[in-house]
Amino acid sequence: MIRLNPKMTEKIVFFLLLVATLVIVIPVMLITVMILTNGAGTLSWEFLTQPPRLGMRAGGIFPAIVGTVYLVFGTLCFALPVGILAAVYLSEYARDNWLTRLIDIAIINLAGVPSVVYGLFGLGLFVSFLNFGTSIIAGSLTLTIMSLPVIITASREALNSIPQSFREASLALGATRWQTVRRVVLPNALPGIMTGTILALSRAAGETAPILFTVAAFYLPSLPTSIFDQCMALPYHLYVISTQVPNIKPGIQYGTALVLISMVLVMNVVAVLIRTHFRKRKLW
Amino acid sequence: MKSSRAYLNRIFEFVIEKAIFLAGILSIVFVFLIFLFLIKEGFSLFRTYSIFSFLFGTKWYPISSPPQFGIVPLLLGSVAVTLGAILIAVPLGIGSAIYIAEIAPRWLREILKATVEFLAAIPSIVLGFIGLVTLAPLVKKLFHLPTGLTALSGSIMLAFMAMPTIVSMMEDAFTAVPKSYREGALALGATRWEMIRRVLLPASASGMLAAIMLGIGRVIGETMAVLMITGNAARIPTGLTQPVRTMTATIAAEMGEAVQGGNHYFALFAIGIVLFIITFLINVTASFLVRSQRK
Repeated sequence: MIRLNPKMTEKIVFFLLLVATLVIVIPVMLITVMILTNGAGTLSWEFLTQPPRLGMRAGGIFPAIVGTVYLVFGTLCFALPVGILAAVYLSEYARDNWLTRLIDIAIINLAGVPSVVYGLFGLGLFVSFLNFGTSIIAGSLTLTIMSLPVIITASREALNSIPQSFREASLALGATRWQTVRRVVLPNALPGIMTGTILALSRAAGETAPILFTVAAFYLPSLPTSIFDQCMALPYHLYVISTQVPNIKPGIQYGTALVLISMVLVMNVVAVLIRTHFRKRKLW
Repeated sequence: MKSSRAYLNRIFEFVIEKAIFLAGILSIVFVFLIFLFLIKEGFSLFRTYSIFSFLFGTKWYPISSPPQFGIVPLLLGSVAVTLGAILIAVPLGIGSAIYIAEIAPRWLREILKATVEFLAAIPSIVLGFIGLVTLAPLVKKLFHLPTGLTALSGSIMLAFMAMPTIVSMMEDAFTAVPKSYREGALALGATRWEMIRRVLLPASASGMLAAIMLGIGRVIGETMAVLMITGNAARIPTGLTQPVRTMTATIAAEMGEAVQGGNHYFALFAIGIVLFIITFLINVTASFLVRSQRK
């Protein structure tokens, strides 16, 4: 066997590692290009503003877009206040004891529960037990519980990054603990909290399994009028038209995928922009 | 006047601090509630169907009469797809994590990291759709199969989807290794690769293991892409080139048809219990591993 010198070995190994990286990265780029080129042709004012027609083989995806926006907004309304308060508890109030450790374990596990199990839970608790039926509120609440671990973790990190001296200064001026949190800690941590929340919502927007049994309608051209109505949603619509509708034009499928991915991407970009913008203006 | 306002403030502060505490322990409440509801619905199956036949039955025929709810084919379906995915994802994940974290020049690192983050942001339904139109036909052609919707296609897809979790967690594990370790190795005349292999990898072993475990958790729990691409045949698989059906896909595919309050409905919740327990164990172990590396 030839014994390679260390320099040569390093070159070969580094090349192999580069190949491994490219095997992951190149498909991502190909997928992006594929969705863009095949989907862009379908995008039109009609596609974005009309309901589907002819068994979803023609027309647009307007009800699905609206449904997803409603679900994201509903999730925001429930998840943001609860997530912030939970993070405030963990960062400002909790001591290092068994209860805090238990909460940590719970958050880690919530983050790892399969999305379809959230769907089952939403079906069992919100749809059946609380009798909300298959509805926007049941879907939003299910997505809320799924998003909480991300929002709590991100908000907690944002709160923890506020220097201790800020709190001490406020308390020294005679402010109570809550006043300190409300006037000093939270405003400074807001950008971090917003970034985490938007990222969590972008994930919620793309999820299919949790909304499958709790809110999503196969085909519903009219828009929902109350939070107890069903609605269509982009991810589920993409599932339906790519597996349940034979002889559909691929353009409609790619177009739907493009709209969904653009929504998710815009939210991600906004989140990153908020983070970088405020990082520059940091007070400490 | 002034004192009554101070009094109101005190009440408000009392209320808000209680609300904060409640929100704080809500995560525990939710984990508990999820388990409770899975048990409540899932265990209803065992009133009329033996738990033994559920856990060890080899036939999943939910709508034949009498119906059979043996979870073994579904469990093995999940295992087959997961094993395949791990075989692909672990070497690729380790390789690219090392490359991105340690070797790539700064400008390239930023691009690569952004790409991996973008992959994490793509909804699984979109990846499932793309897999359906590109990967499945490719697998069919390469292996001369009657259908491309097989465990193998699912494994490749899932390996890809687990990559962001594995790569970013491993990067964290590498960064957690003290700088002095690297400098020590390099000062002794080691090449960068020798330093990575002899110092960095051993020092971050438990963090890397945690990354792999969380990747497995992600793979087992993935639903929609697997549902679309693995062919959905609830049979005991004998090879990776056969159609299989995973536990998650079964729940997603059949809940729509299951009559609420019927045995089929309960059986799907019982599968949920199995999934919940598996992911629970994986997550607790992984967080334990992360903690042990930090020490």
